[in-house]
Amino acid sequence: MTAGAGQGAKAPLDAARPRGGTARLRLGDPIFRILATVCGLTVAVAMVGLAIVLIIRSWPSIEALGTDVLTTVAWSPVNGQYGVLAALVGTVLSTLIAMVIAVPLALLIALLLVELVHPAAARVIGTGIEMLAAIPSIVYGMVGIFVVVPFVQDVFVPWVLSTPLGSIPGLAPGPRFQGGGVSIFTAGIVLAFMVLPFITAISRDVLGMVPRVTKEAGYGMGSTTWEVMRRISMPYANSGIVGGVFIGFGRALGETMAVAYLIGSLYTDLPHSIFDPGTSIASLIAQQFSEATDKVQVSALIQLGLVLFVITMGFQLLAQLWLRRVKRSTGGRA
Amino acid sequence: MSAPTTGQRAATLRHRSTARRKTVDKAVRVFAWTGASLGIAVMIFVVWQVVVRGIAAWDIAFFTQPTPQDVTSTAGGFANAIVGTLVITGVAALMAIPTGFLGGIYLAEFGRNGKLATAIRMIANVVMGVPSIIVGVFAFAIIVQPLQHYSGFAGSVALAFIMLPVMARTTEDILNLVPNELRESGLAIGAPRWKVTLGVICRAARGGLITGASLAVVRVAGETAPLLFTALSSPYWMTGLFGPGGFFGGPVANLTKTIYDFSASPYPHWQDLAWGGALLIIVVVLGMNILMRLLFQRGKEW
Repeated sequence: MTAGAGQGAKAPLDAARPRGGTARLRLGDPIFRILATVCGLTVAVAMVGLAIVLIIRSWPSIEALGTDVLTTVAWSPVNGQYGVLAALVGTVLSTLIAMVIAVPLALLIALLLVELVHPAAARVIGTGIEMLAAIPSIVYGMVGIFVVVPFVQDVFVPWVLSTPLGSIPGLAPGPRFQGGGVSIFTAGIVLAFMVLPFITAISRDVLGMVPRVTKEAGYGMGSTTWEVMRRISMPYANSGIVGGVFIGFGRALGETMAVAYLIGSLYTDLPHSIFDPGTSIASLIAQQFSEATDKVQVSALIQLGLVLFVITMGFQLLAQLWLRRVKRSTGGRA
Repeated sequence: MSAPTTGQRAATLRHRSTARRKTVDKAVRVFAWTGASLGIAVMIFVVWQVVVRGIAAWDIAFFTQPTPQDVTSTAGGFANAIVGTLVITGVAALMAIPTGFLGGIYLAEFGRNGKLATAIRMIANVVMGVPSIIVGVFAFAIIVQPLQHYSGFAGSVALAFIMLPVMARTTEDILNLVPNELRESGLAIGAPRWKVTLGVICRAARGGLITGASLAVVRVAGETAPLLFTALSSPYWMTGLFGPGGFFGGPVANLTKTIYDFSASPYPHWQDLAWGGALLIIVVVLGMNILMRLLFQRGKEW
């Protein structure tokens, strides 16, 4: 500061600058800028590095097994089978069950938060739901295995099987049925509550962006809250909600610990029913990695990681692009 | 032609009796309340289960003794795992917080809407969606495989990888909230850019920045999957930096992996200890989340 004041109007800037502290200041800015840029680039480089490393390290297995990994059902290293299909089916099924439960629930909660309760109450409820996202997945897994599994096994599955529903293919127990407690279904239920906060948060935000006047016009015509929601808010927010569902889907696909606890460890066969045990790609990696000793086996597991990476990244990219487009279009309309 | 025109739709609306419309509306309200109650109830239920089952395991030994090796004894605690988690998470934070912070500054102050910044932002968003188990596989491939042994450091690298984009994006979001006038007036009095950024803008946003960094740390502290085959687990205390028991030299005990192993074991005492560990994690994670909300009221941005 004093240097700047001492310069005065008379001294030419160039003459004054090289002396004293100002010289360092001029160097400070480019250094700071470069440092920040490098750190920003680190994020991108790390991601690219991850992709490259996964490809390089799964190369031995790609070379040895070709596309077998993608077409073989079973994961059974003893028999030389390294297949992803059973795990893929388990992953998709458990994720779909989670979404069937979580999406309607999230929409209803978002409706409540935006339209039905006082903003102060909405904040408290919203915070409570968001806290679901803060609970680590290992805790969900533990509560799942010690509480949800006994309930599903002793109460829910016997009840379903005693009704006519129990003979529908997909619900009727398959040859690998173990009572239904440790099953794809249980994993799906727990997953639902793990992705619920993400879908709720995005739905609430996009429903909150619907212009007040549009909704008020609806109410002014005598519509009920549900009609305004169904015919005005939802069409407006639809694409944003879809983006939220994508994000939730991506998260559920890659969730590891809770699923590893709950889905069972049936690596060798396709599940015949949602009450059968199964496996998911992420939990297969988690459970088999430390037991893998053979080089090809480790490499095949990394290849499974690569498959999961490509799937989840595809979902993320889709969701990001979609949400960006939505943001732009609603931003233009609002 | 088959789709109803606006006029037809209005007509069907009119034909529905008011009573029926009101009933539907009421039903939806009931569903919404039930759904929200269910969500909250599940959260309370999970926390309650962990508290009830975990509190029994909390005694002096839990916080002072290392994990038991003898399955029949009822001694032992989680102390070595607690220390290990603190060290692994701490090192991860040392790597990721400064880098992520500066990266966030780049996005908010320099890159803004440029092509590079847009690309980095997009990649950061995608990285945040990469399953943490894959990050574990990555750390295994770049550190554990070449060195041929597990290490706490490999775990730190995995956790840092997860923290980095979170840190960068949170920093950016928070810096964007600082009004432009502050930047302009700082630059107008002749202060260099770095001084304005660090001394004025970051200072104005420090509440949010502290919140973002703490929540990022707390979030990875509860991660299990990235540690499964990096830090692994150990029944011993960490002994310094190098050598088989050290941070760089071998497996390091940590809370989450130990919880996973112990809760899957058939021994009641081990399961009790696992619940104690889960309670510790829940207390720290939810406690920090609530504390930060109360302190800075910035929950929305996060």
